[in-house]
Amino acid sequence: MKILTGNDLKTGAVIWWDGNEWSLHIEDAVDVGEHAAEILAREEAARHVNASYAVDAQQTPEGVRPGHIKERIRALGPTVRPDLTLKPADPAALNWVI
Amino acid sequence: MVEAQYRFRDDEPVADPAVTVDSFGDQTNAAAVRIEPGDDARDLLPFLDRLRLVEVNFPSFGDGRGYSAARILREAGYVGELRAVGAVFVDQLSHLRRCGFDSFAPETPLDPIDAEAAFDRWPEVYQATVDGRQPIWSKRHG
Amino acid sequence: MYKYDQYDQAMVDTRVEEFRDQTRRRLDGTLAEENFRPLRLQNGLYLQLHAYMLRVAVPYGTLSSAQMRMLGDIADKYDRGYGHFTTRQNIQYNWIKLEDAPDILADLATVEMHAIQTSGNCIRNISSDQYAGAAADELIDPRPYAELLRQWSSFHPEFLALPRKFKIAVIASDTDRAAMKLHDIGIQMVRNDAGEIGCAFYVGGGMGRTPMIAPLIRDFVPLDQLITYSEACLRVYNRYGRRDNKYKARIKILVHELGKDEYTRQVEEEFAQLLTQNIEPPLAELERIKAYFVDPPFEAGASDDLDRSDPDFALWVANNTAQHKQAGYIIATVSLKPVEGIPGDATADQIRLMADLAKEYAFDELRVTHAQNIVFPHVKKSDLYTLWQKLDAAGLSTANLDTIGDIIACPGLDYCSLANARSIPVAQKIAERFAAQERLDTIGELKLKISGCINACGHHHAGHIGILGVDRKGVENYQLLLGGSEGADTSLGQITGPGFSEDGIVDAVEKATDVYLANKEEGERFLDTYRRIGMTPFKEAIYG
Repeated sequence: MKILTGNDLKTGAVIWWDGNEWSLHIEDAVDVGEHAAEILAREEAARHVNASYAVDAQQTPEGVRPGHIKERIRALGPTVRPDLTLKPADPAALNWVI
Repeated sequence: MVEAQYRFRDDEPVADPAVTVDSFGDQTNAAAVRIEPGDDARDLLPFLDRLRLVEVNFPSFGDGRGYSAARILREAGYVGELRAVGAVFVDQLSHLRRCGFDSFAPETPLDPIDAEAAFDRWPEVYQATVDGRQPIWSKRHG
Repeated sequence: MYKYDQYDQAMVDTRVEEFRDQTRRRLDGTLAEENFRPLRLQNGLYLQLHAYMLRVAVPYGTLSSAQMRMLGDIADKYDRGYGHFTTRQNIQYNWIKLEDAPDILADLATVEMHAIQTSGNCIRNISSDQYAGAAADELIDPRPYAELLRQWSSFHPEFLALPRKFKIAVIASDTDRAAMKLHDIGIQMVRNDAGEIGCAFYVGGGMGRTPMIAPLIRDFVPLDQLITYSEACLRVYNRYGRRDNKYKARIKILVHELGKDEYTRQVEEEFAQLLTQNIEPPLAELERIKAYFVDPPFEAGASDDLDRSDPDFALWVANNTAQHKQAGYIIATVSLKPVEGIPGDATADQIRLMADLAKEYAFDELRVTHAQNIVFPHVKKSDLYTLWQKLDAAGLSTANLDTIGDIIACPGLDYCSLANARSIPVAQKIAERFAAQERLDTIGELKLKISGCINACGHHHAGHIGILGVDRKGVENYQLLLGGSEGADTSLGQITGPGFSEDGIVDAVEKATDVYLANKEEGERFLDTYRRIGMTPFKEAIYG
């Protein structure tokens, strides 16, 4: 599947396209199929997202999982600072990234 | 020739078409030249007395070769119009001015409020260049 | 240290207003990202893996306690309670919001700090020797010259759209503590036969994809031509540096492709022309700046004794201190590499504590080193034990300077969108493997540097042991290099062979140290043994 990610222009927060707007949580990411370029162009022009790009991902029992570790780190937070990630209390989160 | 949106000169703009640097030497009736990033501005030094308008093209604002070309010409004594053309944006204006440009013909018209703020932005300057502004080190030591 | 006058203050204040206006225009849509990006980069603001990252300049690695305190406060007020000290003596914050950036720059300006040109295709922070003004072996303090160059390079209108970034280092001792020859321009202050001070210019060094050691371009530039000569070097680069390929755009490629002699000839030609233009500040300006770098009021006759009866203190003194030029004083380094920590990171509280300690025990001054540590440059020996006790109470007394525990690591894929692999977990695993103090001390001086990608921000080419993270078919993989050195004996590390997994690289590093210990002769460091016996014994042990 192809999902979309970027950063919030004002805050820099990592965001994922949920079909209508941008979410902080990769769980909400939807498959955009062939429409990545069109959606990104529109959303960048509207300043809803910055530095956006399409990512290959798989639908897994645990949810959407990007194919590359870089985007998994992007989704969660730095592996060396669990306290700063989106799931500080979840010991399984690190396994999901790596 | 490209219309200047901003021009800091009192004389009449030159109407001549700008020829290439390579051909300027042979084109003995030409008074205007256009410098591209890969050109050597010093190729024009033998012809400064004939030169009244130099356009320096910035195909991309990130290619800073035009800044050196402009300064080189002013350092060599060129006093004609030095015009920045192409990818000229508000945020490059004060640097261009400091390198000796006295007219600006951006491919996209500039917002006048932003442009005027940009030209007037810096009350002080650290370096001595060709714009005649007194650098800070000179003000410190009189 | 240097203090702004009204002109310097006007420049940073103007810059804040300029960037505030540029940010407003970006947020309201007047300014497109492709136009805004180079502007925010030249104010140190990257867009990184998790958020915006701000790189604040610490000019030639020197700061006052008030400035250090502000860095701690910024970490709390605008970030997530910590900062990261970098291999170019700067500090980075990883969780910045664009909408806060102008206010952060305004706060910095109140303590004479900024983020000017810490990124982008322009002249960057000018780095120097972290022991400048304190080292027993320096010719003179290099920092006034670095300050003169800082002002010259700030907002230089001709050099804000260079082919690529441009890094300058200035040193003044034969012991090179700033990797001077691995810079675009490296300057060593020297004395000629007539006894005059001047500058030796090395141009065309760098790391990254194609590491190169800078050749000597001019062995003596007089002090009253320093700016003019620098300008000539930059102008030749601006005109002729490659712009067709981002990976071949540094000046090292230009110097390499032209050849040192032709590059020098072009510089000398431009220099002769520029000498007619009166762009050089008068020597009075250098004298004005130098007045800020006089010695602090050392106590004459301060005792040169140190009571080493506390064994932990004695260990820290042995590892983390260096000889000061003034009897009774000592240079002390705080290692930011505790075993389970993140190399170069410090919490806001730790930063403020170090600020307070500098104010009380180090004449109000601190330094950031290229190895991501903090130095108190001037500590009275009679105060050292008390200082150490306070550091120890705050977890800042790790006694591992320049040992294998003192790992230099870029933030890597945990933070950086340019990275191919994570570097911090590798650093942590290595630190853990070698945690035992006795082991650290037996191995002795060993500079281990890790980069998470070929951009080499971890300076892995210059590590006695270097590690480069790569992406091998979507999986993190690590290459091992041996024999690099950033000192006056600059050398570039050699790759050992095929790469390793994260656990594999830790084992490989351990095997390399075992080979060293098995073969070392009296007084040899790891680097010396490697240079004497060569790669083969290491390769055999590592790949079996």
